[in-house]
Amino acid sequence: MRYVDEYRDPAAARALVARIGELAGDRDPEQPFKLMEVCGGHTHTIYRHGIEHLLPPAVELVHGPGCPVCVIPMGRVDDAIAVARSPGVIFTSFGDMMRVPGSDGNLLQAKANGADVRFVYSPLDALQIARKNPDRPVVFFAVGFETTAPSTAVTLLQARSQGVTNFSVLCNHVTIVPPIKAILESPDLRLDGFLGPGHVSTVVGQRPYRFVPERYGKPLVTAGFEPLDILQAIVMLLTQLGEGRCEVENQYSRVVRDEGNPRALQLLAEVFELRPHFEWRGLGFISQSALALRPAFADFDAERLYELPGVRVADPKACQCGEVLKGVIKPWECKVFGTACTPETPIGTCMVSSEGACAAYYNFGRLHREAAVTLGATRA
Amino acid sequence: MCLGIPGQVVELLDHEHLAKVDVSGVGRVVNIGLLEDEQVTPGDWVLIHVGFAMSKIDEDEAKRALASLQLMGQAYDDELEAYWSSQIGSETGSEIGSQTEGRG
Repeated sequence: MRYVDEYRDPAAARALVARIGELAGDRDPEQPFKLMEVCGGHTHTIYRHGIEHLLPPAVELVHGPGCPVCVIPMGRVDDAIAVARSPGVIFTSFGDMMRVPGSDGNLLQAKANGADVRFVYSPLDALQIARKNPDRPVVFFAVGFETTAPSTAVTLLQARSQGVTNFSVLCNHVTIVPPIKAILESPDLRLDGFLGPGHVSTVVGQRPYRFVPERYGKPLVTAGFEPLDILQAIVMLLTQLGEGRCEVENQYSRVVRDEGNPRALQLLAEVFELRPHFEWRGLGFISQSALALRPAFADFDAERLYELPGVRVADPKACQCGEVLKGVIKPWECKVFGTACTPETPIGTCMVSSEGACAAYYNFGRLHREAAVTLGATRA
Repeated sequence: MCLGIPGQVVELLDHEHLAKVDVSGVGRVVNIGLLEDEQVTPGDWVLIHVGFAMSKIDEDEAKRALASLQLMGQAYDDELEAYWSSQIGSETGSEIGSQTEGRG
């Protein structure tokens, strides 16, 4: 069995693949079990390790919207660039966001054109830059799900307690449950179950996912990031489906606790409030799906401190990130995939981040796919 | 950016919930405030995300996570490089960035 040999425990992987085959049974490959992995980290693992080619045709993995870089709409990147170009500003951002295209270039190009844009590893690094440059405004471009938002919260609390007055945050934090709900409500997608996100769940726990089985009748299994984790989570989902059960289960219990991290949740509640709605790339406006700073942190809120264009910008016509993010099409089915849109010159966000389905597929998946096709041809 | 990097706590710094952590042989400072209720002590393994310890893990899980990250290739290299560039805690006077056993 190709691919499996590089796994930590090839024998275990083989056993899991065999079990998946049994559980998929005689399901019609034309009507496969469709399982969505919500998290971009899972998408990366799946393509990196050729997992989709280990699965029987009756089990299909559908990539979801859980890449925080990919879901930021162009208009928000334009807002960031406008702030970065404001007089005197030092604009700080995670590396992944630097190459996300806005309607008129990205942050790297803004930097090349004279804006002071700096890459940081952590919001704490951004705060440090503010302390070292007290005479200049320093803005941190905050993106990420509940995994990342507590870090921004702690940083803001520190800035306030230390009396740092030249630091602010352009907040684009999003929450995981509303897009799952939006996808479940979406008429063009029929899913049988979900692989729940790993690291987001270390913060939010398992409880927020209960609506998935309770209201929509679909099982959800929170999964780890190893190939074996993904395979095992698929076994757990198919087992539930086979037994007619429908629950939230935790495959990643060695890291994720059912109750999440109460301390992190408390910090989120202290610093952030839900926005009435937020635009997601490809998914459109989703109500109560993103976080804004509470009024108590107005002095640290770049949205209040700077004039933002705040314009809604439609994605380029050729770009189908929206369909990719909803799992309606596969990366290679996009018209510009690998031709006009590559990791070097991305048109859409899914090609930018290593967790984006298109970049992961471009870097790894297509090779596995080509190999699988060749292998299939030689076998036939 | 959503990767979690496993690291071992070397020393608690008496300042802003910071701790010195060893990741693949390189020492850096991270914030352990989110694990306040879990009483992190030197020797513990933690999963680090954007400069914050997100969860306490056992040594097996740390090794497993590290092995699977190393298989990721470029994405992991980028994350580690970003992590090494971090200056968190560099005002605290601790020895930041001191290489302990060389990069793994």
